[in-house]
Amino acid sequence: MRALALSVTGNRGVAIALAIVQWVARFIAVVLVIATFNFVLVHAAPGDPAQVMAGQSGAADEHMLAQLRAEYGLDKPYPVQLAIYLKRIVTLDLGYSYRQQRPVLSLIAERLPATLLLTCSAFLLSLGAGVLLGTLAGVRAGKWSDTALTIVSLLLYAMPVFWLGLMLVLLFSVKLDWLPAFGYVSIGVPMTPIEHVLDIAAHMVLPVTSLGAVLMAIYARLMRSAIIDVAHQDFIKTARAKGLRRGQIIVRHMLRNAVLPVVTVAGMQAGTLVGGSVVIETVFAWPGLGRLTFDSVMQRDYPLMLGIFLVMSVIVILLNFLTDTIYRMVDPRVSLRAAS
Amino acid sequence: MNRREFAKLSVAAGALGLSGIPLGITRAVGQTRGGTLNTIIQPEPPILVTALNQQQPTLTLGGKIYESLLRYDFDLKPLPGLAQSWEVSPDKLTYTFKLFPNITFHDGTPLTSEDVVFSIMKVLIENHARARSTFSRVDKAEAPDPLTVVFTLKKPFAPFLTAFDCTTAPIVPKHIYEGTDYRQNPANAKAIGSGPFKLKEWVHGSHVHLVRHEGYYRPNEPYLDEIIYRVIPDSASRSVALEQGTVQLTQWTDVELFEVPRLSKLPNLTMTTKGYEFFAPHTWLEFNNRIAPMNDKRFRQAVMYAIDRKALLNRIYFGLGKVATGPVSSKTKFYEKDVKKYDYSPDKAKALLDEMGLKPGPDGKRVAIPFLVPPYGETHQRTAEFLRQSLAKVGIDLQLQGIDVGGWAQRFGNWDFSTTTTTVYQFGDPALGVSRSYVSSNIRKGILFSNTSGYSNPEVDRLFEEAATATTDEKRQELYSQVQKIMVEEVPVAWLLEIDYPNFMDKRLKNVITTAIGVHETFGSVSFG
Repeated sequence: MRALALSVTGNRGVAIALAIVQWVARFIAVVLVIATFNFVLVHAAPGDPAQVMAGQSGAADEHMLAQLRAEYGLDKPYPVQLAIYLKRIVTLDLGYSYRQQRPVLSLIAERLPATLLLTCSAFLLSLGAGVLLGTLAGVRAGKWSDTALTIVSLLLYAMPVFWLGLMLVLLFSVKLDWLPAFGYVSIGVPMTPIEHVLDIAAHMVLPVTSLGAVLMAIYARLMRSAIIDVAHQDFIKTARAKGLRRGQIIVRHMLRNAVLPVVTVAGMQAGTLVGGSVVIETVFAWPGLGRLTFDSVMQRDYPLMLGIFLVMSVIVILLNFLTDTIYRMVDPRVSLRAAS
Repeated sequence: MNRREFAKLSVAAGALGLSGIPLGITRAVGQTRGGTLNTIIQPEPPILVTALNQQQPTLTLGGKIYESLLRYDFDLKPLPGLAQSWEVSPDKLTYTFKLFPNITFHDGTPLTSEDVVFSIMKVLIENHARARSTFSRVDKAEAPDPLTVVFTLKKPFAPFLTAFDCTTAPIVPKHIYEGTDYRQNPANAKAIGSGPFKLKEWVHGSHVHLVRHEGYYRPNEPYLDEIIYRVIPDSASRSVALEQGTVQLTQWTDVELFEVPRLSKLPNLTMTTKGYEFFAPHTWLEFNNRIAPMNDKRFRQAVMYAIDRKALLNRIYFGLGKVATGPVSSKTKFYEKDVKKYDYSPDKAKALLDEMGLKPGPDGKRVAIPFLVPPYGETHQRTAEFLRQSLAKVGIDLQLQGIDVGGWAQRFGNWDFSTTTTTVYQFGDPALGVSRSYVSSNIRKGILFSNTSGYSNPEVDRLFEEAATATTDEKRQELYSQVQKIMVEEVPVAWLLEIDYPNFMDKRLKNVITTAIGVHETFGSVSFG
């Protein structure tokens, strides 16, 4: 408590500036370590991009391989390649994709919006629905509605996401013909802006539902246990004894405390969501970052792989920071502990 | 409620009073003036310029954009392409092509013999491994007038006239590429060719949209207004797209073979396996001939006897193809069927292994052989399982090793393997696509599709060399028959199957598969009805 008092009464601006500088320095160091680690890891795996490309041509010779290796700097020793790579990162140049023959940064920038649209929608939907359903199940623990919700969430959790996606396609696209089976937007059809937005929305329904269903099951199960746990705490008994209404107790006292583990897990998952869901993006031919990652790994497209890994790492670091901040807002005890 | 009604309802619900606005997804596939062909491209090609990249999806898509001098019927006989006629000198050294008049590139510039000479002698020789192996034999290439091209060879090369399909010798515009770094030329993004379709839009990760080239030189062609190649990475989703009618054509491995029986029954689709005659995909179990016991002919023969290839064809490939009898496919010129037969016989296999001294141990196993499973989809995985079970019956313990594409290509190319399966194209002539896998001069470490098995026989080398330069088909047949008989006896690799790939298409489509390169062809004559 004394430390907290000091930080409040001292020069708060300088303290904050110092904290930011420290954080940025740590951030840069972590990014460079990650970049080096990624580079070593990726190059440690067997596989030569030139041979992969040659393998898909049905014919190859030394001239072709030498040409490809020279073109992409693969003929240089690894330490030299690493030095070039790190130097480029500092100038925010992530290199040039062998396979796509375009700058890595523009490829990532091109795919990121589709992935964010898909994963953020699924994330928000699953978080909202998961917290709601988990709370309902938790406060009705042991009743039939709790059992039903538990079974459904267990089923969704256990279901392979590609299988769920394919089943939804079979039902809603093949049998009922209600929704498009895959893709991001209808191709070659002139549309007004409103039609365009609705068209994308229609394409989002199935992939978002498939991805969101699994996440929702995780949050619902987590929320349910947390609610049950909180319900037995002394302060809830006190609240009841004070004569507060049930709704007030749930919203004001139980929810706020029970949501902490969900925020932690959601924060961790938000990082992975940025990378996109390889499976969902593949099943639904969604032109996002997940599929780009998969393709780049299959093609041994080193600059693209490294670029994606780096961007994802940076976003995860930023999201962790964001999660910490939210955590402090939700639970004041965390900032007090941090300060002391 | 169908999709149209549902979509309308969505509009009504979502746009308050704007119901009735037609949604893109509610519209049927365009049928106006020839209509729109929706099909699949998988995996997405890196670029569309076939002179610079020869990965199979690039060739499939680029075939609509870039044309070449000739086309080939199903028997691999040449047909007019950009060239309306051609002549071969009696000494088989000079080839003269006459181009059609009024051919233009997509930017409106006329295509002339100068473009042909430039494309073949500069761009292709530098950037196209397969074209380089043929056109490096050209002594000089001339363009005496805008419509005449003359190639003079250093010495006769029998399959020269088989190398002018649009996958081997695509023609690019000289005025755009001359004096530039071809691979870095910004025009690569525009893909300017002379084919019946030109690039309108490429949304990476989603689709490639081609539209009619209005200045196309063939009357009435193309019939279609546009072709949309959709990138659909998941094979189950590709089957759904076909079933649902979202795409009207699939090719190569777009649908997994185990889906073929089911999709064949759909009333709106038709299926053909024609159009792969030029490529003639030949699948075999490759032995690293440098390592024991694969270096013993008897072991390789035993493996041939131990595999029930008819069962492999019927169970794993659903009857799509034929049992291979030797190094040359029955689709390729100079095939010899009168060779030693290896009918399924585990007893003969065991006898050969016994003779080698490979006796079964207490667990029934004679020898353990590692096998690299090619990471190219379900069928290869199943083939590997089939081979493992077949060979286990004669005491050969095939140990399957899973690996990714990069690892497989590297280990196979660098001879770091014992056995694996591979599929190699024959490109219409043994001199173009067969000899490369067996001649000693093509044992080149690090190069895929070279003689990776390490097989070496001076007599085989001599026969292949003589056959490539012989000037009559009769002489070539005689030499190739001899070499096939020797090789089938020696079994450098265990030939398994000549594979047929299914092309599924909407029944309304006409003239899709008209030549030996099938779906790689220009599609100028394709139409809906």
